[in-house]
Amino acid sequence: MSGSGLSYSEQGAEVAPELGQEAAPTTTPSAPAAFGLFSSDAKKNEDLKQMLESSKDSAKLDAMKRIVGMIAKGRNASELFPAVVKNVASKNIEIKKLVYVYLMRYAEEQQDLALLSISTFQRALKDPNQLIRASALRVLSSIRVPIIVPIMMLAIKEASSDLSPYVRKNAAHAIQKLYSLDPEQKEMLIEVIEKLLKDRSTLVAGSVVMAFEEVCPDRIDLIHKNYRKLCNLLVDVEEWGQVVIIHMLTRYARTQFVSPWKDDEMVEEYSENNFYESDDEKKEKDRKVKNTYTMDPDHRLLLRNTKPLLQSRNAAVVMAVAQLYWHLAPKSEAGIVSKSLVRLLRSNREVQYIVLQNIATMSIQRKGMFEPYLKSFYVRSTDPTMIKTLKLEILTNLANEANISTLLREFQTYVKSQDKQFAAATIQAIGRCATNITEVTDTCLNGLVCLLSNRDEIVVAESVVVIKKLLQTQPAHHGEIIKHMAKLLDNITVPVARASILWLIGEYCERVPKIAPDVLRKTAKSFINEDDLVKLQILNLGAKLYLTNSKQTKLLTQYVLNLGKYDQSYDIRDRTRFIRQLIVPNEKSGALSKYAKKIFLAQKPAPLLESPFKDRDHFQLGTLSHTLNSRATGYLELSDWPEVAPDPSVRNVDVAESAKEWTGILGKMKKEKTEKFYSESEEEEDESASASASESESSSESEEEDEEEGNSDESSGSSSSTEESSDSESDNKASTTKKTSRAADESDAENIKKKEKRTSEKRSASSSSDTESVSSEEGSSDSKSDSDSKSDSESGKSKSAASNKKEEKAVQDRKAPNKDVFLLDLDDFCPVTTPVVVPTAAVLSPSLTADLEGLSLSSSSVIDVTKPVSVPTKTHELLHRMSGKGLAAHYHFSRQPGIFGDRMVSVQVTIKNTTDQKIENIHIEEKKLPSGMRMHEFTPIECLEPAGSITVSMGIDFCDSTQMASFQLCTKDDRFNVNIQPPVGELLLPVTMSEKDFKKEQGMLTGMNETSATIAVAPQNSTRLVIIERVMKAANLGVVPSGQDNIHRFAAKTVHSGSLMLVTVELKENSTAQLVINTEKTVIGSVLLRELKPVLSQG
Amino acid sequence: MIHSLFLINCSGDIFLEKHWKSIVSQSVCDYFFEAQEKAIDVENVPPVISTPHHYLISIYRDKIFFVSVIQTEVPPLFVIEFLHRVADTFQDYFGECSETAIKDNVVIVYELLEEMLDNGFPLATESNILKELIKPPTILRSVVNSITGSSNVGDTLPTGQLSNIPWRRAGVKYTNNEAYFDVIEEIDAIIDKSGSTVFAEIQGVIDSCIKLSGMPDLSLSFMNPRLLDDVSFHPCIRFKRWESERVLSFIPPDGNFRLISYRVSSQNLVAIPVYVKHMISFKESSSSGRFDVTIGPKQNMGKTVEGVVMTVHMPKAVLNMNLSATQGSYTFDPVTKVLTWDVGKITPQKLPNLKGIVNLQSGAPKPEENPSLNIQFKIQQLAISGLKVNRLDMYGEKYKPFKGVKYITKAGKFQVRT
Repeated sequence: MSGSGLSYSEQGAEVAPELGQEAAPTTTPSAPAAFGLFSSDAKKNEDLKQMLESSKDSAKLDAMKRIVGMIAKGRNASELFPAVVKNVASKNIEIKKLVYVYLMRYAEEQQDLALLSISTFQRALKDPNQLIRASALRVLSSIRVPIIVPIMMLAIKEASSDLSPYVRKNAAHAIQKLYSLDPEQKEMLIEVIEKLLKDRSTLVAGSVVMAFEEVCPDRIDLIHKNYRKLCNLLVDVEEWGQVVIIHMLTRYARTQFVSPWKDDEMVEEYSENNFYESDDEKKEKDRKVKNTYTMDPDHRLLLRNTKPLLQSRNAAVVMAVAQLYWHLAPKSEAGIVSKSLVRLLRSNREVQYIVLQNIATMSIQRKGMFEPYLKSFYVRSTDPTMIKTLKLEILTNLANEANISTLLREFQTYVKSQDKQFAAATIQAIGRCATNITEVTDTCLNGLVCLLSNRDEIVVAESVVVIKKLLQTQPAHHGEIIKHMAKLLDNITVPVARASILWLIGEYCERVPKIAPDVLRKTAKSFINEDDLVKLQILNLGAKLYLTNSKQTKLLTQYVLNLGKYDQSYDIRDRTRFIRQLIVPNEKSGALSKYAKKIFLAQKPAPLLESPFKDRDHFQLGTLSHTLNSRATGYLELSDWPEVAPDPSVRNVDVAESAKEWTGILGKMKKEKTEKFYSESEEEEDESASASASESESSSESEEEDEEEGNSDESSGSSSSTEESSDSESDNKASTTKKTSRAADESDAENIKKKEKRTSEKRSASSSSDTESVSSEEGSSDSKSDSDSKSDSESGKSKSAASNKKEEKAVQDRKAPNKDVFLLDLDDFCPVTTPVVVPTAAVLSPSLTADLEGLSLSSSSVIDVTKPVSVPTKTHELLHRMSGKGLAAHYHFSRQPGIFGDRMVSVQVTIKNTTDQKIENIHIEEKKLPSGMRMHEFTPIECLEPAGSITVSMGIDFCDSTQMASFQLCTKDDRFNVNIQPPVGELLLPVTMSEKDFKKEQGMLTGMNETSATIAVAPQNSTRLVIIERVMKAANLGVVPSGQDNIHRFAAKTVHSGSLMLVTVELKENSTAQLVINTEKTVIGSVLLRELKPVLSQG
Repeated sequence: MIHSLFLINCSGDIFLEKHWKSIVSQSVCDYFFEAQEKAIDVENVPPVISTPHHYLISIYRDKIFFVSVIQTEVPPLFVIEFLHRVADTFQDYFGECSETAIKDNVVIVYELLEEMLDNGFPLATESNILKELIKPPTILRSVVNSITGSSNVGDTLPTGQLSNIPWRRAGVKYTNNEAYFDVIEEIDAIIDKSGSTVFAEIQGVIDSCIKLSGMPDLSLSFMNPRLLDDVSFHPCIRFKRWESERVLSFIPPDGNFRLISYRVSSQNLVAIPVYVKHMISFKESSSSGRFDVTIGPKQNMGKTVEGVVMTVHMPKAVLNMNLSATQGSYTFDPVTKVLTWDVGKITPQKLPNLKGIVNLQSGAPKPEENPSLNIQFKIQQLAISGLKVNRLDMYGEKYKPFKGVKYITKAGKFQVRT
């Protein structure tokens, strides 16, 4: 054991007792005092060990606290490992937590012992308390022991489909930990990431994107399908997650959308114009591109949804949005971020530092953005120097003809600052302004010359350097200034400044022919004491004078060259040798010396005074790399805009796919128009997707037109929620059912394709004009006309007079002939048994409901009727084949609210013709309804082919009672008495409400409005999912998000009177449960209670 | 993301370390010390330092350096903002964010850090959630704990963590239901030598103290919301309501928090409530100088200016100052060269004045520039921008809360150049 091994090295005598102690907790006398210094420390740990082994929690807790204190100070507490790890299963939660802290710190060092604790965590992973599950996963994944990688992998996989979003969030975190422990697992982890990316919980979103960025940032394809969801969720994600998601989306958008910048290239000073200037043709082309540019709606969505985040209190979020706008928005829109960035300048100095750096980069490229805020960058004497210089940098970048005079006045104050470093920076800034704005060059130069008489050397030196640069850019007649500077040489000691003066004199020695040799004389005298920098310039000066004025300076130069020859610095010796060879003609010197004058006195290009932030713009703003101006590890390059946008349809949330999924849940369901689904949805926008889906249904599935209309209206009305729920079940339902159903559907789709082909072939045979309208199998968006033409082409064959009836009818009738055709083609065709597709059907997880609620901002206490959560597939017999003389009818409750009227329960009736003759004119007569009850009949069915079946829907207002509705189902020559009796669960409409509202409402419905019962719950029914599923099946209720694991709440209102129906299932110990129903309608309440009881107790 | 955190005091001792991933040796801090040495002033330590294998991002708060170790690319503001949140949390828990407070509560600090970050990524930073997970230390609780053996650690998941309002904890109960709002405005200004305003703007915040039971839904409206130029919100505020109606609608966190902060743009004229007359000059020959400053109130809506304090960073060459104040008292620290004049309330009848002789180091050149004067003041019952709260309505709960709004105007970074 390495723990004891460690102490062995410290003091051998203690090993034996220590080992003994591990075996049995008997106290042994501590080490002899002779061990001095070492023993005191060991003794201390000894008593900690005793405390940890004691039976009292308080002693253990004390010991753990002291150990944590040691860890915090960075002291080694690893030898206590065996004693500590025993307490990992402690009942006391605080001890447990501290043990976790210890484990995470030392498990890596003591891997064998750490394994002892694993089983505890594995057990805790199954705990009913989500907090415990989550923390177990956290600790398990934080123990960096390679042996447990498979266990971790398993735990992550399991946790990623946990019901609690908090646990799933922790799973996302664990992904990164496992990845850093064992990169081999990448592929498996990507699968988990892919799954979690689909999660709709705002809690998970940030963490999983983080994991994505860490593990597989290049798998941009995983984002496509989740792009819109992430954009829409963004506002509700916690702030840290927002930052990560925004950065990721920025990268994503740069690969998927075309540049919005071409548009305003002309307006901007962004100097890409030069590029095209010579090439007119190209420019022309460019203009064309510009004219046709329209922003991808997804691109717009991102910009729109991030904008409110500029108002965040979190500086990191604001900065993230700012960089997103900078990199993605059209240049005309990027301006909105400047106000928020300026606001951040009020924050603490660290934030200021980073924000100013980013503004500095931005202000180089687009001055206009920050010009209105010029004064916000004025420097205060109390600012730290680093902030001051950054502000100065920005001020300089923003300088233009209009504001330069105010700026220069401001600079005057700065130059006098006590902070000399800052004063020097100001001089640099003035120099830059002078070169950039020609109007003020002379003013600046004069001002700088004045500064030459400043008392502070740093200021003077800086001025000299700047003046040198200025003179070089303006080699006019500035002889006076040069003379003045030559005089300064006596006093200035700063090497850079001296060097600058010498260079100036050398360069313009012909302008000051009298002074230059004298300067050389002086400097030659002090040569040996000069800085290297100055020495080099003295050599230069000498060389230049030698070439122009060799009479006076020949000897002087040779003297200097001799001094240089024996200098300590090889650099200078080197230069000396080089110059001598060049300028002093001798037999060895080659052809070059002829050109010495040209070499030395060539026209030199003026230095460009540039911002040090000029070269930072290739880094993404707001990143560490940008701040450091060097590529940080893990920096992800922002790609250039693609020339042509990749296919935007990849981001479409596949309605068909999710539809398939919920059909899988609902049971077997035949769909004929999967094909159309695909082609349609590809072109549809996110928001209208669900609406269009139901539209296409209505046109192709040949259900009652009006019902579908209601359906599609509704879904477009609440499109966001529909869309949300449509793929929400991903974590709730076992994936196996999904898979099988998908497979089944795929084969269906194939069959349908075949069908389509055949029909179109047929049609093309019958009339050539029709083929054109139908042939657009892959993408005709106008499915309506498509199917219309179908029915037209068929109309000749079928004898029905459908085509000249009103629209509604036409649609209805289309079904029969269509089916006819299919039947001829397909043997395996089985009649449609199920009902209208409900676009929302899926088991909503409670967290989802909470999320949904979070999305609507005015959520406070709204109780909304929602879509039914699951539609039972159970059908009831209306008319048996035998008693109906071959006419059979079944009905079931579709749980569709308000199709025929607010108070009607909608009933789907499927009528089947089992005879071998047509049955004509099926309709309803002689309704015998109890008082108050009303019924909306289905539209009469003209004709039902042999073996055909049709589904129609009707509405019945049951007046919130379970009384039967009796009526006669008539055909042309028969009439049958039938009746419909509703189960109480179908007299309800689900509502969503928050837990708070639920409790409030419940509080008002106590006393005689409350009925309750205690029931025994079958063990397999005790998980949340099963309970929800079973209750939903029995009654049309809405799930209310619940904070407690053991309490499940459901809410609904009665269809007729709209009174609330609140159901609470509270799981108790020893597998009983308390079932409570609160409602004003006590009769229904008690009936419902009676019905729900067996639902939960049955196995 | 964040690999490790080191807390370092002013004398360069690392008194706490915490690692979220594998252990990073303390020696990485040497790079930080190096930078600190180079910077001379603590204020000038660069927040981001690059070392061969790590990056160090640090903040300086309350005489403590929070140095975090980063290994890969991360938005630096993310880390900085988080570190400040950590410091805020300490402040919130222990009343102060000092070395002694942290050392005394090292276990709680560790538990907090454990909850706040998981594998370097922020997990729970909302103070309301943290307080449910780990209860803040109070004398009463520590006594109770030592007797009963109960712990500071909550064993249930805070409901807020899962709900869509993570900032509020459930089951809040008060006997007195109160909601207080403090509208605090600070004037940032630079006044130049001649007394004209170079730059002025108003930075305001609304700090709230809300002690309301249950889940109250509040909406706060202003008389003149258009004044607010640029606003940042606490996450609880419904942005869409603000966009459409200019009403702050929110379910508040429990306790103290900052509701919004806003800026009244410099385009609007900002009333400057005080003026300063100054005469500061240094004489080359006698190595002394004169110092004469008078502060007076400008038009300020009939409210008194109080809590006036002037601080001046005198040039290095100043040895000592012999001054006399007509009101209040002054101190001059010859080491840091900071002159502080605590004036108190300004009465327009008798303007406070500080006058006297400045002694300069003999032989030293006369200071180039006159020091600028930093002024602090306070005006009660006035929001200088004219912002006024119109009404506060509460929905969702039945009781009648007690409501209060307080206005106060302060000097922010208020500087007079001389």
